[in-house]
Amino acid sequence: MPVLARLIEAAGIPTVLVTMMPDLAAKFRVARLLGVEFPFGHAFGMVNDPEMQLAVSRAAIDLLAAATEPETRVDLDIEWPVDTRTAYKAWQPSEASPIVAFNQQRREEIEAKRSARS
Amino acid sequence: MPVDSYKFLPRSFRDGYEKTPMQANEAVWTPLTTPVKEATIALLTSAGFFLTASQEPFDVEREKREPNWGDPTYRVIPRATQQSEVDATHLHLNTDDHREDFNIALPLRAFASLEGEGAIGALADDNYAFMGFQGGDTSPWQETYGPEVVDRLKQANVDAVVLAPA
Repeated sequence: MPVLARLIEAAGIPTVLVTMMPDLAAKFRVARLLGVEFPFGHAFGMVNDPEMQLAVSRAAIDLLAAATEPETRVDLDIEWPVDTRTAYKAWQPSEASPIVAFNQQRREEIEAKRSARS
Repeated sequence: MPVDSYKFLPRSFRDGYEKTPMQANEAVWTPLTTPVKEATIALLTSAGFFLTASQEPFDVEREKREPNWGDPTYRVIPRATQQSEVDATHLHLNTDDHREDFNIALPLRAFASLEGEGAIGALADDNYAFMGFQGGDTSPWQETYGPEVVDRLKQANVDAVVLAPA
């Protein structure tokens, strides 16, 4: 997504990137970055919470209005209102994604070969 | 307080992200020349949303066969889209919350409110959904689909874009 933000910005349209991983997005040197400490998939807040979603959206346009130089980062001071362990589990898919499953299988195969040798 | 970028990330992924080197030599910058209160703003998500009646889902079947590939195409999501018209395809997230309230990733409702109160000029008629997993190869985004979206944004006289990865 930072790739698309850079591409759109470079084409002459200002952008704001709202992200759960601002440290990573900053490595792409995007123009305006709003960091949120929310679970993945929830950049604008909780389900059925229009007030929270509006607060994040307002912070995004405030950043758009206020930023005067590239790589402006604002970290939003809103705490996720669900305990971390529950939220950590809730956003993840019930089945491992294909790439995670593929990498896990490869690790297991390497481990099995190592065990067979020793 | 700085945001903890890794709070909700599985520990096995953290090391790779933390060690990711800088991905760009230069910053990019386009100043906002239209006041926000007059600006038309488009939204862009990578949550894999599509309109069930008129659009194909993102191709997760191919991703299952080719785990290092992700569908690079995009879907246009009109501003008046209702929850019942949207579904989500994304194998790297639990999409249950998106099926209940897609505004957590594509906040059409909030930006319509901001338009209503005069905080922005307008929410764009067309907004955009990609599917975020690209297997490390973003060249189709950079060479084909990103430029297509830029053309659409310019044709629609969009003044700024708010993007959010899923």
